Amino acid sequence: MTLPSKTSSKFKPSRDLPFAGVLLLAVVWTIFSRIPVDSAPRDEVPPSPRQGFSAPDFTADLLDGGRVILSELRGQAVVLNVWATWCPPCKAEMPALEKVYNDFKEQGLVLIGLNLTSQDSEKDVIDFVQEFGLSFPVALDRDGAVQRKYKISGYPTTFFIDREGIIQSVVVGGPMSAALIQSKVEDLLKETP
Amino acid sequence: MYPFLRIGPLLLNFSGLTALVGIWIGLTLTEKEAIRMKLDPNRISNMILIGMMAGVAGARLGYALQYLQAFISNPVSLFSITPETLLVWAGMLTGLLAAVFYGRHMGLSLRPTLDALAPGLAIFMIGLGVSHFLSGNAYGAPVDLPWSITLWSELRHPSQVYETLAATLIFGLTWFSPTRRQGTGMNFLLVVAGSACARIFLEAFRGDSRILIGGFRDAQVLSLVILAAALWMMHRWGEERVAAGGSGQE
Repeated sequence: MTLPSKTSSKFKPSRDLPFAGVLLLAVVWTIFSRIPVDSAPRDEVPPSPRQGFSAPDFTADLLDGGRVILSELRGQAVVLNVWATWCPPCKAEMPALEKVYNDFKEQGLVLIGLNLTSQDSEKDVIDFVQEFGLSFPVALDRDGAVQRKYKISGYPTTFFIDREGIIQSVVVGGPMSAALIQSKVEDLLKETP
Repeated sequence: MYPFLRIGPLLLNFSGLTALVGIWIGLTLTEKEAIRMKLDPNRISNMILIGMMAGVAGARLGYALQYLQAFISNPVSLFSITPETLLVWAGMLTGLLAAVFYGRHMGLSLRPTLDALAPGLAIFMIGLGVSHFLSGNAYGAPVDLPWSITLWSELRHPSQVYETLAATLIFGLTWFSPTRRQGTGMNFLLVVAGSACARIFLEAFRGDSRILIGGFRDAQVLSLVILAAALWMMHRWGEERVAAGGSGQE
């Protein structure tokens, strides 16, 4: 490899100015296009069922009685797992979800298993909950309204929602590994209440 | 947006498949380019595949180190096929190091190898743009323009279309560049510098930028560093060619 001569390393406008010009333009554009620090507060984030957006609100009946209203869970870390009894990967990840729920519920984790009841039967749901010994609340989407609102395209789908109601990540399909669930939950719980 | 394609009980990640198609076309093009530059196409393919495999392993290990307690409690999860437990930058670094190590071990000449990779890399960037369009990722900032698209409840810049067009332009520049088959490394640097310029410009229209202190977008700052490095190398390698009498080879 030949090293450059001393003469060639001197500044030559015709050769060096285009490089410098491109870099200067890039720096100016970066400064010009930065976001003012006080703009876009998080409470203005529109609702949409994807990462970085506010989790769309819903109300659903719970299997054990009572109702869950998502917006009332603001201030808590929420995992929303959408599942059905006939879905093999949903079954496969239930033990991991139950384990993580038991490990982190004392630290403020809320886990809701939202069953797609419009495509399922409540009797099967009861049997399923007993079979897997689920202790987290199971909500029933009887008319498919939550499924439509959250544009569910695959089962299971899991939404990790932070204390401000912002969806931090979405996992479509499964089964999720226990480490994946735990890592996402740790991130949610790290945030100051 | 069509992020998933359902075929019976199977749910295919359509956008991920598109990115894979981009990798496949890019790999095919790279092999052809390697033959034109009188490099061994098998070695180039092996280098890319080794880099990709090492990249996946590095990305998983990087993620596991970041969430060490979760993986100590569930060590089997280290081998799960879920793509969510990957740390991208760790994977890129590991993959790059593995590819460089393999290339040096097999005696691949640096600059012709880089130039053989250039058009394939540009094709991959086009595939990535299409993949983003299908998944709805890398979405644009809200704006009401005649060419805005409705995405995630709002009218937005079609940033994925901008990204794809920019990658196509870079591919065109690379493909028709007079330096394409000289094996000087300049064509590769052209792709890197062009991609960095495109990201710096187009990031301003994105709605998902991560913000640093002072309101700077992290992708723009990182791209500035990459652009500066690519320009400096273009300058330096150009000087070396002049000093060597313009032979164009190392």
